[in-house]
Amino acid sequence: MSELELRQTTVEASASHAVIRRRGRMPRAGTLVSGAFVLFLVAATVAPALIATQDPNQIAPGDAFSAPSTAHWFGTDESGRDIYSRVVAGTGTSLLIGVTATAIGLALGLVLGVLASFGGRIADFGVSRLVEVLFAFPGLLLALLVIVVYGPGPVTATIAVGLSTAPGYARIIRGQLVSIRSSQYVEAARVLGRTPGRILGRHVLPNALIPLFVLATLGIGQAIVWASALSYLGLGAQPPAAEWGAMLAAGRTYLATAWWMTVFPGLMIVGTTIATTVLGRAMTRRGRSGR
Amino acid sequence: MTDAAEPALGPSLTPVLDVAALRVAFGATEVVRGVDLTILPGECVAIVGESGSGKSVTARALLGMAGADSRTSSERLVVAGQELGAANERTWRGVRGARAGLILQDALVSLDPLRPVGREIDDPLRIHRRMSPAERRTRVLELLAEVGMPDPVLAAGRRSGELSGGLRQRALIASAIALDPPLLIADEPTTALDVTVQARILALIAGIRERGTGALLISHDLAVVARLADRVLVMRDGEIIEQGSAQEVLEDPRERYTKALIAAVPADSPRGARLSSPESGIIAAPSAAPVAMSVRTPSSPAGTGAPLLTIDHVTKTFPVPGGRFTAVDDVSLSLRRGETLGLVGESGSGKTTVARLALALTRPDHGTVLLDGQEWSALDERRRRPARHRIGAIYQDPLSSFDPRWNVRRILADAAAGGRPDARTPSTGELLDQVGLAASVADRRPLNLSGGQRQRVSIARALAASPDVLICDEPVSALDVTIQAQILDLLDELQRERGLALLFISHDLGVVRHMADHVAVMRAGRVVETGDAERVFVRPEHPYTAQLVADAPRL
Amino acid sequence: MTPGSPADPPSRVDGAILRRTGLLVAGAVFVLWAVASLTFFAIRLIPGDPAQAILGGPGSQASQEALDQVRRDYGLDQPLLVQYLAMLGRLITGDLGTSYALKVPVAELLGAQLGATLLLATLALALAWLLALGLAIWSTGRGRVASALGEGIEITAAALPHFWLAAVLIAVFSTALGWLPPVATGTPSGLVLPVVTLAVPLAGFLAQVMRESLLDTMQQPFVVSARARGESALGVRLRHTIRHAALPAISLSGWALGWLLSGAVVVETIFAMPGLGRTLLQAVTLRDIPVVTGVVLLVALVYVLMTVLTDVVSRVADPRLRQEGAR
Repeated sequence: MSELELRQTTVEASASHAVIRRRGRMPRAGTLVSGAFVLFLVAATVAPALIATQDPNQIAPGDAFSAPSTAHWFGTDESGRDIYSRVVAGTGTSLLIGVTATAIGLALGLVLGVLASFGGRIADFGVSRLVEVLFAFPGLLLALLVIVVYGPGPVTATIAVGLSTAPGYARIIRGQLVSIRSSQYVEAARVLGRTPGRILGRHVLPNALIPLFVLATLGIGQAIVWASALSYLGLGAQPPAAEWGAMLAAGRTYLATAWWMTVFPGLMIVGTTIATTVLGRAMTRRGRSGR
Repeated sequence: MTDAAEPALGPSLTPVLDVAALRVAFGATEVVRGVDLTILPGECVAIVGESGSGKSVTARALLGMAGADSRTSSERLVVAGQELGAANERTWRGVRGARAGLILQDALVSLDPLRPVGREIDDPLRIHRRMSPAERRTRVLELLAEVGMPDPVLAAGRRSGELSGGLRQRALIASAIALDPPLLIADEPTTALDVTVQARILALIAGIRERGTGALLISHDLAVVARLADRVLVMRDGEIIEQGSAQEVLEDPRERYTKALIAAVPADSPRGARLSSPESGIIAAPSAAPVAMSVRTPSSPAGTGAPLLTIDHVTKTFPVPGGRFTAVDDVSLSLRRGETLGLVGESGSGKTTVARLALALTRPDHGTVLLDGQEWSALDERRRRPARHRIGAIYQDPLSSFDPRWNVRRILADAAAGGRPDARTPSTGELLDQVGLAASVADRRPLNLSGGQRQRVSIARALAASPDVLICDEPVSALDVTIQAQILDLLDELQRERGLALLFISHDLGVVRHMADHVAVMRAGRVVETGDAERVFVRPEHPYTAQLVADAPRL
Repeated sequence: MTPGSPADPPSRVDGAILRRTGLLVAGAVFVLWAVASLTFFAIRLIPGDPAQAILGGPGSQASQEALDQVRRDYGLDQPLLVQYLAMLGRLITGDLGTSYALKVPVAELLGAQLGATLLLATLALALAWLLALGLAIWSTGRGRVASALGEGIEITAAALPHFWLAAVLIAVFSTALGWLPPVATGTPSGLVLPVVTLAVPLAGFLAQVMRESLLDTMQQPFVVSARARGESALGVRLRHTIRHAALPAISLSGWALGWLLSGAVVVETIFAMPGLGRTLLQAVTLRDIPVVTGVVLLVALVYVLMTVLTDVVSRVADPRLRQEGAR
């Protein structure tokens, strides 16, 4: 089991219960709020200047450590920079790290998962053992090992997080491919005389795709948390950068006096993770109800 | 049924159950609409109905367990002398297990799989009686012996998953009769069981009734009811539409629906006779216009000529820890054009493996499968693929055999595209029409169709490629009896029009008897008897077949 | 009598457990060997001369003699394969090498830290179990509002990063309220915040699993049977549903402990606690390779042992799994 698999199985289970519980077609309030939050994140990535209230790097020593107010919604940091604007500016970096790490993990997971489910018994055995071994580096441990080898920094941290999530992706993808391949509709296609290539293209891959979207959605939330943990530990993005984890690390020194420096960037991370989980559930529910 | 008309005479004639105008609603939908029901001591009353008729909800409402979001009301609800019309949960708890026991369908899931069955049987004693643990233990063992458990001491420590289907059902019954409740409610008590086991469980329930317990039997299966019930109530859409003694209702039904239900039971009804009755107006009639688009006229009459499908001394084993399990053991079968070969057997007898071997989805260890005299199982998949359109399949659970993303149109178009090269590709509309579905079904997903509609789509898909042979693996086991009748009639009709050869696999002897020209009986991977269907059912030669036929419930 | 014999006698089932445990142990040994090898070869990818690193990095301008001496001392002049086999040989005797930075044996260094981290992780695991069970039981079967609330709490808890939760807890309970110390003091009160920080997100995950499994169980026919015998709602929970709900969470405990050990890196750093996590972070920063390798191996060992343990416990708790093994 990995964190990713856990997120994924609970999403699956909750979706199956939700289908039993209610058949309403209206999206839930939580889904709508999460969708709005993600839209905000996208807007902050694409056009941070439109959403920010100030230049995120503008120093105003006289304004240092102001508590949240109408002028500075999230307060200011030790140099008087506006935290709200920095949080907005950091969205792009944090999302980029999260998305890239997820892409790396997903791509590696896909390669391993496809190899295991289509490469015959030996490949399956080899990949399964490899994944098992990688699971013995729980959580951030594999990422820390990568950082020891390649040195700290945002790029290494991103790759490290991607690598350490790959085994989780590999096992889920393998499981899904194997279950689709042994499903009765694939057997029905064989009975109709369809070639393996056609079965793969028409049934296996399309049906594996929707769960992959869900998986990627869940994975982005997790990757952002892990990457910001590395930043917080000083192994990823470094403090002057407006990345959420780095901002938190910068706020650590002033926790006793300026709690807002820590609370607001953290809230963004928490919000992103919650939103991806809720949206992952909503997507799975939609897939289940056959629409 | 010699004693069917009169209830066994009990010491008192106070009913163990007296209900008037029972109503249960979920939200705005009323699922039980004014049911009246009286059961005397020693009497067995059966409620028969199809899924969604409200029979199970009725049974639960009698224990105050219709569900958290339900509303139950009645003019009178007396269980074993106690008025329960306005009972609270606490009062109900005193009734459950003590005055009325409940037996559910499958003990594998109706007994807690984590607890020893002895504990489950002990529960009612612990809850309702002040007995010492030693007394309770003695009583539990007594009960297990009473329900015919071979080794009560050993069985008490077992969990439901560690007992066979019949034995765990006995344990479930023991837990329901632990306090000898005057009323026993049995909701589909034998549905998941093989026929031979089913017969023994029914005998056990009959024995409990003899002691003076009033029994309410809920079933979808008229044949099960016929064995046991003194009185039968037919339920439909939440109402009792007909009732009377078992004999009256089964032999001389008044209501058209009851007639349709009885006619739909395939047992004993001759080969080729229609089971569904579209003229009764009860069953949504398919557009029963004779199908004009006959692709090929059968070249020879049914059951003659060279075999189309030959299974020749085929053996198939699977690896299990510590050896190999022989699923199919030296089986030989042959199937001719226009013929139906019925394959019967209990669960685990190897029927489905035979189907997979015939479809060349799995390779035999020994022996060979021939299609139209040509190598079939021995072929390379690449060489076999072009001939696959000649042999189609329909499954017990059609829903899982459809790609969940596809609608009916896409399913049928895809199947039609790979048909035989010399035939015209049938259109989706034609295919739907052939299986009696409206054209509007084409744009729906199988998930949103009923069970019968799904099986029709599955048949249409199989027909799209114009096969010669159709492998039907338990095609009607999941369907209500009237829907089952329609599907059987449809298969019959299609076979006559197209000269299809059917390999018809079922655990249900009645269904096989109705459908098959020839029958093969399987047990533990072997075919123990084959022959003409009538002969096998009337004069079985193998003792196992004789046992199966004797145990099969019939009207 | 009904045909069909009762299932295997208990002795055969026990035999199956033993056999399976044997397989698990063999698997565990394989995993440990693979982890050691993977780590060993990964470390060789590090650019730069290990001898330089031992002598304080390239800036130290160590003499050629000193470098040669170090290479001989650490066996770095040997071929890679010989070094690898020597490493495996030392591992079997429990020798994890010597720290580059601190010049003390790694086994000694880690041995002193392991207890503190395991205590932290175990307490957090226990608290997470309690919180999760409480939340799952409280929020199921009592209507839509409680259910939605429970679901919301679980998702939020599971989304909380340790480093942020720790900061918020310190801000509230140390800075604002002054109830608890902001750094670990070695006293029980100093453990409260670190344990809570680790436990809350884990409880969020566990509660999700337990709730789904509770909902599943409550729909099972055996619950109907139990109620039909007169069992009360509480009785159904205590005797039936909780046991079923706990099963998936038990099998998750191996993962959970690994996750907690990884979380300890962050939590021990923030609360300035002694332990494996903080040692690891320092070693990573200093590139003290023997220490990193040692921690990785130790965590892998704990993880693997825990996996074997949860597997055995799951099988004891759930007879259905034993049957699968025996079949």
